[in-house]
Amino acid sequence: MSVLDIKDLTVEFPGRKSVFVAVDDVSLSVEAGKILGVVGESGAGKSTVGNAVIGLLQEPGHIADGEIFLHGKRIDNLPYKDKRLLRGRKIGMIFQDPLTSLDPLQTVESQLVETIRTHLPFSKKEAQARAIELIDAVGIPNPEERIKQYPHQFSGGMRQRVVIALALCAEPELVIADEPTTALDVSIQAQILVLMKKLCEERNVAMLVITHDMGVIADITDHVAVMYHGELVEYGKTTQVLGAPEHPYTQSLISAVPRPDVKVERFPVVNYIEKAGTPQKQIDISTHWLGKSRDYEKVVGPLVQIRDLDMRFETRGSIFPSRRKYFDAVKKVSFDVQEGETFGLVGESGSGKSTIARLITGLYHPTGGSILFGKTELTSLTNRKDVLAMRRQMQMIFQDPYSSLNARMRVRDIIAEPIKFHKLASSNAEVRRIVDDLLDHVGLGALAGQKFPHEFSGGQRQRISIARALATRPRFLICDEPTSALDVSIQAQILNLLKDLQEELGLTMLFISHDLAVIRQMCNRIGVMRHGELCEVSDCDQLFEAPKHPYTRELLDLMPSMELLSRANLETV
Amino acid sequence: MPYVSNEEAKAAIQDRAGVPSQQGRLTKILDSDMFHSFLRSKVTVVAACGTLILFLLAFLAPWVAPHNPFDLASISILDARVPPVWMEYADPRFLLGTDDQGRDLLSAIFYGMRISLIVGFCSVIAAAVLGISLGLVAGYMGGRVDAVIMRIADVQLTFPAILIALLIDGIAAGIFGSIDREVFAFYILIVSLALSFWVQYARTVRGSTMVEKNKEYVQAARVIGIPSVIIMARHILPNVMGPVMVIATINLALAIVTEATLSFLGVGMPPTQPSLGTLIAVGNDFLYSGEWWIAIFPGLALALLVLNVNLLGDWLRDALNPKLR
Repeated sequence: MSVLDIKDLTVEFPGRKSVFVAVDDVSLSVEAGKILGVVGESGAGKSTVGNAVIGLLQEPGHIADGEIFLHGKRIDNLPYKDKRLLRGRKIGMIFQDPLTSLDPLQTVESQLVETIRTHLPFSKKEAQARAIELIDAVGIPNPEERIKQYPHQFSGGMRQRVVIALALCAEPELVIADEPTTALDVSIQAQILVLMKKLCEERNVAMLVITHDMGVIADITDHVAVMYHGELVEYGKTTQVLGAPEHPYTQSLISAVPRPDVKVERFPVVNYIEKAGTPQKQIDISTHWLGKSRDYEKVVGPLVQIRDLDMRFETRGSIFPSRRKYFDAVKKVSFDVQEGETFGLVGESGSGKSTIARLITGLYHPTGGSILFGKTELTSLTNRKDVLAMRRQMQMIFQDPYSSLNARMRVRDIIAEPIKFHKLASSNAEVRRIVDDLLDHVGLGALAGQKFPHEFSGGQRQRISIARALATRPRFLICDEPTSALDVSIQAQILNLLKDLQEELGLTMLFISHDLAVIRQMCNRIGVMRHGELCEVSDCDQLFEAPKHPYTRELLDLMPSMELLSRANLETV
Repeated sequence: MPYVSNEEAKAAIQDRAGVPSQQGRLTKILDSDMFHSFLRSKVTVVAACGTLILFLLAFLAPWVAPHNPFDLASISILDARVPPVWMEYADPRFLLGTDDQGRDLLSAIFYGMRISLIVGFCSVIAAAVLGISLGLVAGYMGGRVDAVIMRIADVQLTFPAILIALLIDGIAAGIFGSIDREVFAFYILIVSLALSFWVQYARTVRGSTMVEKNKEYVQAARVIGIPSVIIMARHILPNVMGPVMVIATINLALAIVTEATLSFLGVGMPPTQPSLGTLIAVGNDFLYSGEWWIAIFPGLALALLVLNVNLLGDWLRDALNPKLR
């Protein structure tokens, strides 16, 4: 018999103007010892399903229809007090962010003991023994000592293990994990997933894993439910759904996942979620505005040469030099970017890849080393006119589409600003014409110019960002994690757009990402960074086929296995 | 980005469905969440109506007041200290009675309120301009500039605002002498109020600026090469104005009260251009001789004005603060 049964669940959020149906007629079931994955993109309603089961729907959301059964007993209509007893006791919960889901003022032991004693008739001694046993079970070494420590003394991955222990401490029958590994680095994500799979089987717990990541689904789930705009579009065995997806949405979702094993020319058309806009007409660079007055000097050799670049931040200031403390974000980094190529920088969070982007664009001033752009040494530029000329040649696309556009300006003004500032057009009418053309070119249509940024979705905003970067007619484009805040299908569209633009305009790109698969699809050559140092620079294929540096090998091993996905991809492409 | 609020999801879906968002400006305002939160709060609606009525009475004083208290020809000392109409010995011409010089109290209150409001508005604007500029510079530049500006602000915060205003007023009186007082009193009052209230704006704007300047749209502007002054004015300023509007509304009430206090103490508006505070000060002399209405009615008008503006400010603060919603 299945542990959790959801029958025809509908969750509604009544708004002022209309009722928003977050979950529409969804039926699922999970068996003991099995993992069910719920996958979908933002706004699909996957988290709402989890919240509805545990009875933590945010006001004004409520279950409008349907039934939820736990071991055959109906739980959705229980009074508040009985629901509270279920939480923790019968249903455990693992949240996304291990930084905020533990109480920073209590030791791990007291949090565990409190939870155990709330739900089980244990004495304090027994509860403590059980807490140690649990901490041991989730793979934290030295449980007797570690348990006396506070959450801040644990690393992110260890903290997530504590959260898992907390979820398991009252022997629940069901565990709901809402994006359990999204906040973690790749290397830690792999360990946590293995642990979850192991515990689920050992303890015979049913598990509901909610995620946006196809890799997680492929790695650990037995069954998978694909959600789209509140509806369940496909539901079945993971091998079957990923191997031979039936619904067109599932197909496009799977084909949009960048593949780490093979380089594809373009991502398949994935406009199921968001229309990619009007088809972009090819432009002739010799006559078009974007190609006009490309008065840049010809470069012999690499376009950008970085030599022994150093950047240290002062973490503690003092008037006495000896008492100052520093953090070296970038240490002796050297690489070249050839004209017309895409150079990738990959590394985990804190490896210094974004700092390099900011050093090249002049947002930071390096503490040592040189950046040669063409024949110009950027670090010694002082003349404002020369600086502006350089700024015009290199532009940057930022990570967060929600904060990279000024919310108080119309899209048209945002894109016109660089054109007007660098006096690239002679009249206002010409500026207007160029802006409309740019908007059209990134697939938004000229009408978009009248709107404000908040009227657009994340992917559309990133297109605006790209249009703004193109507005100065740059030759060098730096993309700093341009798609890591986006859903996977929209990521595919944006990556396609960047590829097209590069081809058309002959742009040189520096592409920064933490995602090896994305890097592989985009780049000609790749640099691997770790703790501010460049470990390895090699050609794209060579890096993936025959990595030289041990850290590169480690990174490649940790990528979620994509065998299932790859097979599906081959069939759909 | 796995978590998206339902509003965002809804907007995204509407966006994908191509729902047009072309609306007139008025319908947009009437349809906004702000306006609905306004309608939901009965107290706020009453306060808004009250504020509007008081403002109209004050600024239309020459047309709505029954008498002109500054027209010497129409004032008679024989009408002095007439009680309100419902009391004995009252005169039906004077609804709320008259003061010691025979001026109609109701008209004097309208005119007084006008002066109080003008002083309030001007000083709030002056304080805001000063505070916002210093706050923007301090927050954006950081380092020493920030340290100097904020230490000055800290030092000023150790004195009560009223003390600073008194101090500036006293210095100004010493410079200009008592003869020019009638001419300069108005400006001196505004300057002293502005200088005592700028700190709040500077602190708030500095805090928001430090948050905004690290956002990527500011960095994008820097990558384009736009100079700092323009970044501050065009990009950061519009994004930090929300909290400033709240402070300005609450400070308007505070400025009116402070102005009244200064006038009551005799360093504000002179008796020839009486504000509400001056009227109360005049009435204070007669409080114990039985002519209570000369002080009480201007006092009530002041209380009503400040209460209404404050209630509006409170609502604005809550409506603009997503954490309290």
